[in-house]
Amino acid sequence: MPNDVFVVAEHLKNKLSDVTFEMLGKGREIADACGGKLVAVVLGSGTKDLAAQLGVADSVISVDDPALEHFSPEAYRIVLSSVVKDRQPKLTLIANTSMGMDLAAPLSAELNIPLVAYCKGLSADSGNVSVTSQLYAGKVDVESSITSAQAIISVLAGSFAGDAGRSERTPSIEEVRPSTSLNDLRVKFRRLVEPEPSDVDITKEEKLVSIGRGIQSQDNIALAEELAAALGGAISASRPIIDNGWLPKSRQVGKSGMSVKPKLYLTLGISGAPEHVEGMKDAATIIAVNTDPRAPIFDIADYAVVGDLFDIVPALTERIKGAKG
Amino acid sequence: MKILVPMKQVPDLVEELEIDSSGKRLNRDFLKFKLNEFDEHALEEALLLKEQHGGEVVVVTLDMAEADNLLFTAIAKGADKIFKIPGNCDEGIDCHSAAQMFATAAKSIGFDLILTGVQAADDRDGQVGMLLAAFLGLPHVSVVTGLSLEGASAIVHKEYAGGVMAEFEVVLPAVFGIQAARHTPRYAPVSKVRQAWKTSKIETVDGGTVPASNGSVVNRMFKPESGKRAELIEGSPDDVAGKIVDLLKSRGLL
Ligand SMILES: Cc1cc2nc3c(=O)[nH]c(=O)nc-3n(C[C@H](O)[C@H](O)[C@H](O)COP(=O)(O)OP(=O)(O)OC[C@H]3O[C@@H](n4cnc5c(N)ncnc54)[C@H](O)[C@@H]3O)c2cc1C
Ligand SMILES: Nc1ncnc2c1ncn2[C@@H]1O[C@H](COP(=O)(O)O)[C@@H](O)[C@H]1O
Repeated sequence: MPNDVFVVAEHLKNKLSDVTFEMLGKGREIADACGGKLVAVVLGSGTKDLAAQLGVADSVISVDDPALEHFSPEAYRIVLSSVVKDRQPKLTLIANTSMGMDLAAPLSAELNIPLVAYCKGLSADSGNVSVTSQLYAGKVDVESSITSAQAIISVLAGSFAGDAGRSERTPSIEEVRPSTSLNDLRVKFRRLVEPEPSDVDITKEEKLVSIGRGIQSQDNIALAEELAAALGGAISASRPIIDNGWLPKSRQVGKSGMSVKPKLYLTLGISGAPEHVEGMKDAATIIAVNTDPRAPIFDIADYAVVGDLFDIVPALTERIKGAKG
Repeated sequence: MKILVPMKQVPDLVEELEIDSSGKRLNRDFLKFKLNEFDEHALEEALLLKEQHGGEVVVVTLDMAEADNLLFTAIAKGADKIFKIPGNCDEGIDCHSAAQMFATAAKSIGFDLILTGVQAADDRDGQVGMLLAAFLGLPHVSVVTGLSLEGASAIVHKEYAGGVMAEFEVVLPAVFGIQAARHTPRYAPVSKVRQAWKTSKIETVDGGTVPASNGSVVNRMFKPESGKRAELIEGSPDDVAGKIVDLLKSRGLL
């Protein structure tokens, strides 16, 4: 319907991801402002329990089929595309996550509906929708207005409050069958690959010293390790450190790594790209060391040290050792 | 195996970004450009596949700032052919238009596999790789960190949160958005790039005419105001260290 807001629920291993509730909370507000309904769309197999958690929505469209048991870029796109084509919602909110990236853009191209991605802000005023997108790794925002009858918006995780998207209410669920066959597709799910078990679980550590590309070389990691040891914490890292093979994947913080919530998160040479921030913004105390005074990490840090980590870290390690006696 | 890699330059984020007088775009006069990081990974993965299985790596770009340098650098790294799609895109181009041009170009160049970077930070209408897949009617997987070939299929790993990955088997031809190659992208020595400028030729491929995109308009571009400003800790390294220790103590963290 012309004023409806659809939210595509995202789930993995039978658990809805937080961004689903964040989108539902925001979607509720937008649907009300536009005089439309909020509809959650769940694709999967045996997802009754999941659908039941979407009570903030006026209704849930559930496409339950064995072929949808695991996320598939192809099967999910085919089904979602036919749902959106059929129902013509004003807005379709899709998470700007790994899964969402395989849905939002292809849907936009296929259905010729405009897409506004990297959404971190969304508002509606007398039916006029305005979207704020986060660009340039968090350094610049762009606000745009939707000028067409329909749009797809891909929403960054952590942008909206999740509480507004949760409700005890039981939603009305409409079962929908896939309109085309999902056999003989070109993308086949094989298996989930779990991370290697690791010595340290960074999600359980109270103090993390987190290193980024500013550390420059694998040899320099010892500096950070010494600091972490003095503090009684562990080291974690941004993605490039892991991609370089300098630390195991289990130490990665961020969108495709771990989400951490330590008492102390001390960053050394991390710029604060949105994909990193997503995994650590809820740390209780954030101290950031970076040579660039404009680094986005300072926008979410509690304490900012504009300086060279190679000057600060040795001095700090020494002081901490001294303080502990 | 013919692997097509669309690559692009993006503003170097280490530099200060300035918004122009319209308030809707970056001031492009002083922008410094660099190769999109994820595209380096896409090219690396393509070169690794070629080394394993043979074939050719073809790099294609739009006519934008420093396109020639990008293409010759790709040659220096091991690409076999380089193409430029004409049509001045110096002012930037939206992803939907870029993807349509790549779709037209890809059809005339021919390919078995297309590898793009997973994303670039400078546009707001999605990821070109996945748009391109849809325009070409091809299977796609985004956020790929592992790729191998098995007969007429590719086996890819797609990253989810928490270090979990999904493994898919995908019938080729297909489009993958590469997040990270199997190892750190190789480096192109300046001498080799210089040599490429002298000995290699950039070919031209038509991207067709693309209707102006619509559906949304930019109202303004601005630097985000953070609600919470970090408190500055200043002084000599030793002063800073002392202040951090005091603050850790006061918060019961030491
Ligand atoms: C789909 C997707 C998923 C992603 N998932 C993740 C993820 O899970 N985790 C993650 O971290 N990233 C992730 N990324 C990558 C992310 O976009 C950034 O590229 C990455 O976070 C940048 O890491 P960095 O801050 O270490 O490096 P850079 O951005 O290069 O920053 C390095 C910083 O170090 C500073 N510096 C340099 N030298 C010094 C010095 N001597 N002293 C102090 N400071 C110095 C510089 O000023 C700069 O700010 C993902 C990207 C995508 C597209
Ligand atoms: N103008 C362009 N020229 C060449 N490749 C591009 C261009 N735009 C996007 N791409 C490719 O698509 C990927 C995703 O970019 P984007 O869609 O801009 O986020 C990039 O990493 C490139 O591989």
